[in-house]
Amino acid sequence: MSVLRRAWAIVWKDLLIEARTKQSFNAMVFFAALVLFIFSFALGPDTELLQRVAGGLLWVGIAFTGILSLSRTYQNEETSGGLEGLRAYPGDPRAIYVGKLLGNIVLLLMVEAILIPAAGILFQANLWPHALGLAIVSILGTIGFSLVGTFYAALTVNLRAREVMLPLLLFPALVPVLLGAVNATTLILEGDLMGEAVVWLRVLGAFDIIFFVICIWIFPIALEE
Amino acid sequence: MGPRTTVEKTLGILALLSMLVGSYVGLVVVPADAAQGDVQRLMYVHVPAAWLAFMAFFIVFVMSVLYLIQRDARWDRVAASSAEIGVVFTVVTLLLGMMWGKPTWGVFWTWDPRLTTTAILLAIYVGYGALRSFADDEEKRARWSAIVGVIGFANVPIVYMSVTWWRTLHQPPSSPRSVAPDILWTLMLNLAAFTLVYAYLMVRRIRLAKLDGELEKRMAYNA
Repeated sequence: MSVLRRAWAIVWKDLLIEARTKQSFNAMVFFAALVLFIFSFALGPDTELLQRVAGGLLWVGIAFTGILSLSRTYQNEETSGGLEGLRAYPGDPRAIYVGKLLGNIVLLLMVEAILIPAAGILFQANLWPHALGLAIVSILGTIGFSLVGTFYAALTVNLRAREVMLPLLLFPALVPVLLGAVNATTLILEGDLMGEAVVWLRVLGAFDIIFFVICIWIFPIALEE
Repeated sequence: MGPRTTVEKTLGILALLSMLVGSYVGLVVVPADAAQGDVQRLMYVHVPAAWLAFMAFFIVFVMSVLYLIQRDARWDRVAASSAEIGVVFTVVTLLLGMMWGKPTWGVFWTWDPRLTTTAILLAIYVGYGALRSFADDEEKRARWSAIVGVIGFANVPIVYMSVTWWRTLHQPPSSPRSVAPDILWTLMLNLAAFTLVYAYLMVRRIRLAKLDGELEKRMAYNA
């Protein structure tokens, strides 16, 4: 239990800093809205076309926005050797990973809670009937995204050119998450008459479980000094 | 790098000879495919390149696991060499596949599961190489890239499955039973030739990696 308590301490600390400074949240929401806007401009005012590709646009927006916050995962620790301090605490270093992971998931889900309704308005899609399905997809997708993202963020935090390296490592690894989330979202928005969305939810669930195990297992090695 | 050792010389000569024989058999001896004509001969180089690319990445995975357990720089050098050569074979595979795809399918590129997975594989190991070039410390570079080598490979089956579900219009891969014996042994001959080329490149690349490491140490000592 002590791992969870330590993790919770990190989540609480990071969310408190975020609540007081709002250094990430405001910028992320604004950036995500801009991404959706740019896509709408690029694809023209054809509402039917926009509705058909809405799932894809939404998740590209989430992925780009997520990269922003993931690359800042350890920013609070960067000044005056904070990460060394965290590492020096007794106990399992996995608590750092779990804490940072939960923080990233919460922050990204909060952005999505604004972004998804905004997309519904922009693309003129009525989302209310699909609210439950969309919520499940975003939660599973966000977990998958953050699992690998939080891990690779720790790996690239001390790297030269980490702004380039994080997406370069992360996006190929996230292909199953993006495919699963985009297809599930599109099917749910279309009414999912054949019940196919469940297959994609299973892909997301399987990815989440497999990468949770792998990342938890390897994280102490990534954090070694 | 100094003169080639006997092993390197022998491997190099064998690789060259077997490539010549394999190409001759594939281009001249074996009759053209009844359905596809001469284009099908590309398969004799495309399939071995793909197999070797996959094997090279499997070796990266094994060496990465070994490195993480034993922390011996030797395994890191083998992994890095294999990743680099694997990238070369992957590019060769994709280019040959495109040359075959244009006359057969009518397009250079299609979102076929194996094609897509191969392209993602290329992205994963280009990322692996980029990570190595951005890390200065020898121990950290080895540890970080070993982690990417493990995660990257563990992801391949998941990527393949998800891409297959996304694009269910692929044809099943050829099995030895569905292929004529002439074609099969020409394929095996070329596979042997490609394996020798891989082995030769590996031996040379590992030696280069070793010299690079020594150079790095000396420069650090002088600085």
